[in-house]
Amino acid sequence: MATMTLIEAVTDAMRTEMRNDDRVVVFGEDVGKKGGVFLATQGLQEEFGEQRCFDTPLSECGIIGTAVGMAVYGIRPIAEIQFLDFIYPAFDQIVSEAAKMRYRSGGEYTCPLVIRSPYGGGIRGGHYHSQSSEAYFCHTPGLKVVIPSTPADAKGLLISSIRDEDPVMFLEPKRIYRSVKGEVPEGEHVVPLGKGRVVREGSDVTVVAYGSMVSICEQAAEKAAEQGRSVEIIDPRSLVPLDEDLILESVRKTGRCVVVFEAPRTCSFGSEIAAIVAEKAIEHLEGPVVRVGGFDTPFPYSLEHLYMPDVRRVLKGIEKTFQW
Amino acid sequence: MTTTQPPLSILQKDGKTAKDKDPNLPADQLKRLYETMVAARILDERGLALQRQGRIGFYLQALGQEASHVGSASTLQDSDWFFPAYRQPGIPILRGVPFDDIVNEWYGNDGDTSKGRQMPVHYSFRQANFVSVSSPIGTQISQAAGAGMAARIRGDDTVFMSYFGDGGTSSNDFHAGLNFAAVFKAPVVFVCENNQWAISVPATNQTKSESMAIKAQAYGMPGIRVDGNDVLAVHRVCKEAVERARKGEGPTLVETVTYRIASHSSSDDAARYRDADEFEAWKQRDPIQRFQRYLQRKKLWNEAYEAEIQERYKQAINDAIKRAEARPRPPLDSLFEDVYLNLTPQLRAQREELLSLEGPESAELGEFPL
Ligand SMILES: Cc1ncc(C[n+]2csc(CCOP(=O)(O)OP(=O)(O)O)c2C)c(N)n1
Ligand SMILES: [Mg+2]
Repeated sequence: MATMTLIEAVTDAMRTEMRNDDRVVVFGEDVGKKGGVFLATQGLQEEFGEQRCFDTPLSECGIIGTAVGMAVYGIRPIAEIQFLDFIYPAFDQIVSEAAKMRYRSGGEYTCPLVIRSPYGGGIRGGHYHSQSSEAYFCHTPGLKVVIPSTPADAKGLLISSIRDEDPVMFLEPKRIYRSVKGEVPEGEHVVPLGKGRVVREGSDVTVVAYGSMVSICEQAAEKAAEQGRSVEIIDPRSLVPLDEDLILESVRKTGRCVVVFEAPRTCSFGSEIAAIVAEKAIEHLEGPVVRVGGFDTPFPYSLEHLYMPDVRRVLKGIEKTFQW
Repeated sequence: MTTTQPPLSILQKDGKTAKDKDPNLPADQLKRLYETMVAARILDERGLALQRQGRIGFYLQALGQEASHVGSASTLQDSDWFFPAYRQPGIPILRGVPFDDIVNEWYGNDGDTSKGRQMPVHYSFRQANFVSVSSPIGTQISQAAGAGMAARIRGDDTVFMSYFGDGGTSSNDFHAGLNFAAVFKAPVVFVCENNQWAISVPATNQTKSESMAIKAQAYGMPGIRVDGNDVLAVHRVCKEAVERARKGEGPTLVETVTYRIASHSSSDDAARYRDADEFEAWKQRDPIQRFQRYLQRKKLWNEAYEAEIQERYKQAINDAIKRAEARPRPPLDSLFEDVYLNLTPQLRAQREELLSLEGPESAELGEFPL
């Protein structure tokens, strides 16, 4: 075991898989000599050479279009999109091509690739360096969507994503790139996609959160405990496929559910979780399922701290499940 | 069509011009160009310093590129429009935007014309026909083409200038924008500021074309390479392009060959990926010094004049900073304004929800970069 930050664990996962499997290549803007604007690919070009870790021209469409071609041909691309906010020129390649290759060819062709991208707010990045647009991708059948919240999960989930036979959006909560540290197994370390994690056990209310919201919810749970509320926190870790059983099992036990996410509320993935709980655990619910999310505005700059769900808002959401 | 020749240049290093090349612009115009370039540099120095002191969250400089954007922008009339990128600080100055408006944007305070919605240097100055800057690279290129098409439809004689970098030439919008502009004869001057770098990627890895200007040929418009550190050359080339556009002869691609003296932004350290030699060589070609020597020969520049303008702009910018720092953040409910013309019922409810929260606001969040 080594102690690592989340971003170091991301690098470690790529290094591990590039050593394991020479089909794995890493590319994107500034990922070579500079090692990525966040340094997630630091050292990879030195170790694996320019054939396997390289800079591209400034075109997200080009990055993902070529990744699709590589995957169809049989190598294993990991494409970095510098910020998730810049992925939209590649949207067509992702939703029309990568996501549909297996289905539309009746399984003749497949598209196993990983798109890694830092996402989310809390870094004073304004709306082009802060968005949480996971819902667009969750809404697209054919894509898997994975979001780690700890270094160990980052490594284990990224390795699983690279080995997966389908296209995976691997979204990295950049706000906690360096602020969370944890023990990470060396070498092989696999965390399966579709298995959530109980972050904290509790009996009164279930809080479902992913990415940087997990640590906010942990702080809120501490505060709630002072007020006599026992909070259970579930991190689904992959949104697609989703570990529904883990969430439902928890809600059946606690009878209450709050979903916390950074994205705008309307049509968010949090809304999907709320719908699943309402549909499948209604007979166990003792209060409304509450969403605590971003507001339905573009991501702001000066008022970011009011936009992002914080401990105050999570606690208020928890209280709502008790008072109705 | 002009392509692979060395870029057109007028000013020599010592400030002389090749004989019959001096455009002999009027003295007040020359001084306006010079002062704007100097002001832009002072603004950039203060901006980065404030970021380093933790007083603003981010900054991005145009050091060494002042001639490129000031020379080109100065060929437009006040009624013409800009579709800028994020590296043209001299344009608002040239257009007379008050330093208060510029500096308030850095602070995202309640005096910011864009209400604290964007990161520093992503200005929006409608008063100057300077369209809101966004971060995604290249998007303004096709927009300028569209605005040019609209002006033709309306029968206006407005000309549009769109700015982007060498990296921007790889974007989808570069292709779409140039293609549409040429097909519809849009009155647009596309200014590609080729500063040799897109963060850490050199222009030589951005394209295998001989130049950026040569790409114009494929779209069916003139492409011209000009020495981007030579304000007179940039001015001359863009003046011709603007005239063509205004006469209804369609768009032009101008490649200003320059160099990004600074790191990409306050988040970047160019020493990690760039040779000191290359950097030093370009520093010798500083556009402000070159122009200064020319003005000196024309007896339009001396030490006292320099001291006077330095003092004037430093004072004006520092005063604006002082005032900006005294202003509060935009009001809390401004978070919900301007999503649409009117608040939707959902936004109204969300605003009430935020206003009704009790207890202290969480502190401002992390810093950019991480
Ligand atoms: C679509 C998109 N992808 C990536 C980025 C991140 N990014 C910001 S600036 C930049 C380099 C731009 O280089 P260039 O176009 O040459 O302009 P310069 O910064 O040199 O003025 C990159 C990759 C972005 N802003 N937009
Ligand atoms: Mg550039």
